[in-house]
Amino acid sequence: MYLFNLTNPSLLLSNGVSVGVHYYWDIAGISVHGQVFIVIWFVIALLLIFSFLGTSKLERIPTKLQSFTENLIGYTSSIAKDQIGESLYRPWIPFISTLFLFILICNWSGALIPWKFLELPEGELAAPTNDINTTIALSLLVSIFYFSGGLRKKGIGYFKRYVRPTPILLPINILEDFTKPLSLSFRLFGNILADELTVNVLTILVPLVIPLPIMVLGLFASTVQALIFSTLAAAYIAEAVE
Amino acid sequence: MDSLISAASVIAAGLSVGLAAIGPGIGQGQAASSAVEAIARQPETENSVRGTLLLSLAFMEALTIYGLVVALSVLFANPFTS
Repeated sequence: MYLFNLTNPSLLLSNGVSVGVHYYWDIAGISVHGQVFIVIWFVIALLLIFSFLGTSKLERIPTKLQSFTENLIGYTSSIAKDQIGESLYRPWIPFISTLFLFILICNWSGALIPWKFLELPEGELAAPTNDINTTIALSLLVSIFYFSGGLRKKGIGYFKRYVRPTPILLPINILEDFTKPLSLSFRLFGNILADELTVNVLTILVPLVIPLPIMVLGLFASTVQALIFSTLAAAYIAEAVE
Repeated sequence: MDSLISAASVIAAGLSVGLAAIGPGIGQGQAASSAVEAIARQPETENSVRGTLLLSLAFMEALTIYGLVVALSVLFANPFTS
């Protein structure tokens, strides 16, 4: 019923659901997943065009696009303000907004755009966040940012927080530095991949109306995951800089 | 040994997701029940209660997702098969 190739860990069911099959590009000796890059470039282009159009020709009485952009940035900066606090949040607005918008548009483009029309030689186009590499990259970014934020604000005194409130908690605090990016990446990856797999299998079983509620649930859940990721990123930054 | 590893992996994957869904299921039910009670008591706080509820639900969901990740890695990236 299925081919299980032990040298190349991926699963190819006889009816087309495939996990772990990637379109490999060899760039300068490194093998990368090409299908992830293609969708990410599309998402980046979309976000750049949207932000360019939304911030050009600003007027006192806003047009619809301008007020939509203002509301969006107001929402993401309120995420930052709620977590980081009134006095320190402004430098972090671009980072939190980028995280939120990038993850949101990545997840939505995986769910809404009919990528199946474009055939790749190997693998298929889907949400870039269904690849653990993407989510690990994003969470490592968050780690680097909160570390550098804390170091820049407090210098060497930043390391005092490892022995707060008692020195007995030192191993736990060190472990937390590893579990934070791990949990961030796995939460996003697991949610998006699980939703895609469910929709794939349901579509194979009953192609017509039944997958639709799961797809709507997937849209909702992926929005919540983008919000969670950016809120947690802001919370970690707040922990480091307060 | 190969079929033993495959059989064990299948059982491990099933148990991993199944058991991982128990705790968060109970926790999410309790959180939702408290949220509904809070809305019933004070209907004007509905929006902020709903926001907090969704955030907490996502955190608890993550624990089940960890079980799913273990199951997926055992099935598709099994370190014990050659």
